[in-house]
Amino acid sequence: MNTLTIYGQEFDSRLLIGTALYPSIDIMRQAIEASGSQIATLSLRRQSPENNGGEAFWQIIQSLNLTLLPNTAGCHSVKEVVNLAKMSRELFQTDWIKLELIGDEYSLQPDPIEMVRAADILIKDGFKVLPYCTDDLVLCRRLADMGCEVVMPWGSPIGTGQGLLNPYALENIRQRLPDTTLIVDAGIGLPSHATQAFELGYDAVLLNSAVAQATDPVKMATAFKHAAIAGREGYVAGRMPEKQIAQPSTPTMGMPFWHQET
Amino acid sequence: MKIKINGELLEIDAETNTPSLTQVLELYGAKPPFAVAINGEFIAQSQYAETSVSPSDLLDVVSPIFGG
Repeated sequence: MNTLTIYGQEFDSRLLIGTALYPSIDIMRQAIEASGSQIATLSLRRQSPENNGGEAFWQIIQSLNLTLLPNTAGCHSVKEVVNLAKMSRELFQTDWIKLELIGDEYSLQPDPIEMVRAADILIKDGFKVLPYCTDDLVLCRRLADMGCEVVMPWGSPIGTGQGLLNPYALENIRQRLPDTTLIVDAGIGLPSHATQAFELGYDAVLLNSAVAQATDPVKMATAFKHAAIAGREGYVAGRMPEKQIAQPSTPTMGMPFWHQET
Repeated sequence: MKIKINGELLEIDAETNTPSLTQVLELYGAKPPFAVAINGEFIAQSQYAETSVSPSDLLDVVSPIFGG
């Protein structure tokens, strides 16, 4: 099956894209369209009645006809997460929530212990939770076991663009959770990073800065679109067996200039 | 009365000391779409009319914004 499934919904694109940090709202719109992504992340912040910038953003997002994935970015406690999730559910009319609960201000590393508590409360309240977490197998398994149909381990810390710092851990999670939709979220910097995630068997990639902060965000969005297709198709095609010793691809039989010595 | 909305102390010209959340949001000039929390607890839109706001309450009025 070549479509991405998230909580029963099917998507042709395997890229989830963020809406932050673009040079302008118009470039954001062009980049999202170029990426082919059908799912966009966004958030909620205090409104200021005199600022109409937020209104323009919301109008463009609505016009793009995307599936929205609101996040709980910036939350540092279970209470903040749960209440922001409820505000998002009402405003965006979706029970999807990208669960983010920061445990360390410097690395923006998610808090694994509080995250499990928050996920438990949200799932019991009917949310479809997509947790952004570290690449710890036991944490990912616990989140999956408690009802997260999607788990999103990081490639590297948010906004670093360092790619997949621990492919071993990510591959291990893939092998041990074969039935969970797995998305690499955060740390992607280059199209090749996305391709690598797909080659490891990941179902999708969520990125933002890699596109928004590129010199040409629209062109980079196109590059990521192709990278996702390349990585996914390469994974589905099945790679050749790896070998330690060279093996010629051109036949050795019939090689000219060779004469058996008599 | 003075109420703290979105981190700022605002003078709300309400008729009573415990106006409804609906009144406070109107006087504040909240622009849809928005969602509200009082003292960090989400208040559903259906509860605005029957929720009264006290001067000590802390209100958050949030709207969509870009995010990753």
